[in-house]
Amino acid sequence: MQCPKCHAAMHTFNRSGVQIEQCSGCRGIFLDYGELEAITRLEGQQYPPAAPPAAAPPPAAGYQQQPAWGAPQHHHHYGHGHRRSFSRMLFSS
Amino acid sequence: MSEEQRSGQPPQPQPQPPGGLVTALAALAARAPGAAPAEPPGEPVVLAGHPERVVVRNGGAVAKAHAAGTDPAALELRLRVAADPALRGILLPPLGAPVIRPLPGGGRPATLWPYGTPVDPVDPDAAPWAEAGRLLARLHAVPVAPLEGRLGGALPVMRGPARVAEAMARLRACAPGGPRPAAARKAVEDAWAGLPGWCRAEPGTGAAPPSGSGGPPALCHGDFHLGQLLRHPPEHGPWRLIDVDDLGTGEPAWDLARPAAGFAAGFLPPEDWRRLLDAYQEESGTAGRDPWPALDPPARAVTVQLAALSLVRAGEPGGGALDEDDESLIDACVRISRLVSGGSI
Repeated sequence: MQCPKCHAAMHTFNRSGVQIEQCSGCRGIFLDYGELEAITRLEGQQYPPAAPPAAAPPPAAGYQQQPAWGAPQHHHHYGHGHRRSFSRMLFSS
Repeated sequence: MSEEQRSGQPPQPQPQPPGGLVTALAALAARAPGAAPAEPPGEPVVLAGHPERVVVRNGGAVAKAHAAGTDPAALELRLRVAADPALRGILLPPLGAPVIRPLPGGGRPATLWPYGTPVDPVDPDAAPWAEAGRLLARLHAVPVAPLEGRLGGALPVMRGPARVAEAMARLRACAPGGPRPAAARKAVEDAWAGLPGWCRAEPGTGAAPPSGSGGPPALCHGDFHLGQLLRHPPEHGPWRLIDVDDLGTGEPAWDLARPAAGFAAGFLPPEDWRRLLDAYQEESGTAGRDPWPALDPPARAVTVQLAALSLVRAGEPGGGALDEDDESLIDACVRISRLVSGGSI
């Protein structure tokens, strides 16, 4: 399928068990009917709204937690049920 | 020591090493000096069948065929480093004399090692991140000049940056396929273009920032990841670093770059990253110091390397689609290239 915005090809990948189309050009995301709800529901299970934000360990004084190009989810989900992909840390490249 | 596997996917068929090479390595391991024999005597086991590195176990001995094109003189120096008393308790020493073992018919150089127990791939909570941090800090603290004195020559340069350049060469040698790979390739190329010359193994660079901008070059592993740790003696022995193929002098932060890249891409949990970093900093006396000024260029370089290899794999016959990790590495390359073009780095 083609991106409705920039007309580049859309590429399918899987996020939390939901198929998502992402544009190879502008990296915009297309969701089918019900997929946004499915993701919201899954994220709600993963990050319950009652979890206090103070659960994350406090950052060490005056020291960057991650580089400027780090994945944005660290800022929102730090310390909560993030993804773990062990195999990429184990095997030779 | 195992092949690449994708999380949550059935293991991919492994490329089989040539049977003659496996037989030759098995025979070499069976004749290893001072190794426990196979108990009970059994078939030799192929521990790694990557075309670049073939590793065969026979009882307490492991024979490894190094990549074709390996510089034998540099490999022998690296073997002698592993056998040096200053590295005791840090690097696993080779079995017997630190020499290259000829294989029948010549060809690839082979070496002999004791068998050890690798990190359990199905138990991430038990991963020895803190032990790894301490071992790397101790490796980086080994005084280089006296070691070179004992070796009778200069240590080779650490091959981390060369591996990034090799990954880019492999990417460029692949046939371009479809618009998605084209956009991803551009992100990887753009991120590569913004790396400092020393991270791209440009001629005249020594795997470290130009003199004056960093500490003195240290003894580095050059390709650290959790597959580079073994317990020796097997099962309950202490953890040791293995695989000297990329070992040499360079910027020590390089050895933390792969976990740092995984953390920055979002698939290594912050707790795991902290366990490694805290133990490293405690052992090296740098606790509380911001690691990112030294770590940022190598972490970007390794992100480029891993993203390039993801695209190479996806383009191979039967390589399959890009998975979530591949995508997160490519996304990290997009963010890196934006910073570079925005002048923030």
